[in-house]
Amino acid sequence: MRSALRSFGHSTIGWFLPFLLLAGWEGASRAGLIPANVLPAPTAVGEAFWKLLLSGELVENIRISTLRALSGFAVGGAIGFALGLTNGLSSLSRELTDTTLQMIRNIPHLALIPLVILWFGIDEEAKLFLVALGVFFPIYVNTLLGIQGVDPQLMEMGRIYGMSRTQLFLRVILPGALPSIFVGLRYALGIMWLTLIVAETISASSGLGYMAMQAREFLLIDVVVLSILIYALLGKLADSLARLLERLSLQWHPAFQTA
Amino acid sequence: MTAATIVARKSYATTTPAYTPAPQGKVSFSFRNVTKQFGAKAVLQGINLEVYEGQFIAVIGKSGCGKSTLLRLLAGLDKPTSGEIVRGAAALDQKRTRIMFQEPRLLPWARVVANVDVGLTGIERGELARKKSLGILAEVGLADRGGEWPSVLSGGQRQRVALARALVGHPSILALDEPLGALDALTRIEMQQLLERIWLEKKFTAVLVTHDVAEAVALADRVIVIDSGRIALDLQIPVERPRRHASPELVIHERQILDKLYNR
Repeated sequence: MRSALRSFGHSTIGWFLPFLLLAGWEGASRAGLIPANVLPAPTAVGEAFWKLLLSGELVENIRISTLRALSGFAVGGAIGFALGLTNGLSSLSRELTDTTLQMIRNIPHLALIPLVILWFGIDEEAKLFLVALGVFFPIYVNTLLGIQGVDPQLMEMGRIYGMSRTQLFLRVILPGALPSIFVGLRYALGIMWLTLIVAETISASSGLGYMAMQAREFLLIDVVVLSILIYALLGKLADSLARLLERLSLQWHPAFQTA
Repeated sequence: MTAATIVARKSYATTTPAYTPAPQGKVSFSFRNVTKQFGAKAVLQGINLEVYEGQFIAVIGKSGCGKSTLLRLLAGLDKPTSGEIVRGAAALDQKRTRIMFQEPRLLPWARVVANVDVGLTGIERGELARKKSLGILAEVGLADRGGEWPSVLSGGQRQRVALARALVGHPSILALDEPLGALDALTRIEMQQLLERIWLEKKFTAVLVTHDVAEAVALADRVIVIDSGRIALDLQIPVERPRRHASPELVIHERQILDKLYNR
């Protein structure tokens, strides 16, 4: 009972500060300390949320943005993971491509927006490309790092016990690289939202970023604030999902052992 | 008590000593004029060694004398620069030689029993493999720990899992590269007794590399001292088993070896 209470306490304690901030903000707005045209009260934002929810606009925009984010993530993540594996396992491939990739990595991918608009216009491809590019690097770098960091003594052990290359990969290399791959995954999820929102803000005709830009044009500051809050929630949601996956697949790791 | 037999050997000696060791029988493996060089540095120079099936030999020497190299050659991890290593019929298949290291080298992401299963790679799989793994775990005294993660075990327990993994495939030769080196003194003695018991049961050929002279005489039928890449001493330890740690007979042998090591 006590431990149940404690675990409840642990999961809720992180929400204490946000609620306190929210309450303070509401109080300050009501007292007139924060003018409504600078920052509307949380209740006003809540009202905007309710209105947009009823009209179906909000759900539709979230759906579109999520779809874009995930497809960009799938493309960039898959390529990054595959290249990370290849370069981790083959020194020839690594020598051939790693220098080039590291050079490209140092270009902020958002700097490519003008070029991307010229190439793809403001269609879906542009956003997909940017998200995929942004997600690619953290996944690539961390997968490569994870594989290179696998204990050579364990590799030798696997070979001594006659593991085939596939067995060695599945039983030693991949599980050994997994903690690092998860770090990459969580970074990538953050970059995924960031890139998408920037891309949608600059050029889109639907999605959350577009909703925020439209609201700005019409001075609907409550909708702007609402969009920002939704970004925060979606980002937190993605991160929580990644952590759950991590917890499930890294049970062996002392850092994830509860008992 | 039999007086200890010391045979000081010339490095290029090509035959085994005139007397024959106690457990005679088939040859498990022999080194024939084996030399190993890393670059210009000769680590082993003309090693001749014949070991019988079921013998327990200990190889000792100072750091960098080439004793670990000898073991790696035996385990097939390195190839000799010249000379050859001949295996007896029982050890012809490389799978019949297993090596155990100073570190347990367990897969942290696999449960204890799954780690033991690794020892059956290419030999057995599925239900039967699991049954064998659990059986051998019981033999090393970890019957109820099969479902644990290696990270919750103590150092000695981890090394016992590594021993179970090495033994589950019934090797003909077990090469031990200072497997107890990282354990505390008390756990060490416990592990030595376990190793002796299991060796007496399973009758494999054991080759133990160590720099602990007391450990060598406590466990081995025969102790080989290596000095700068050559066999400097080949000593029989004809003491009854099970042996008692630091018993007077053992201490005499221990002193002989130490004298040789420090040229006293």
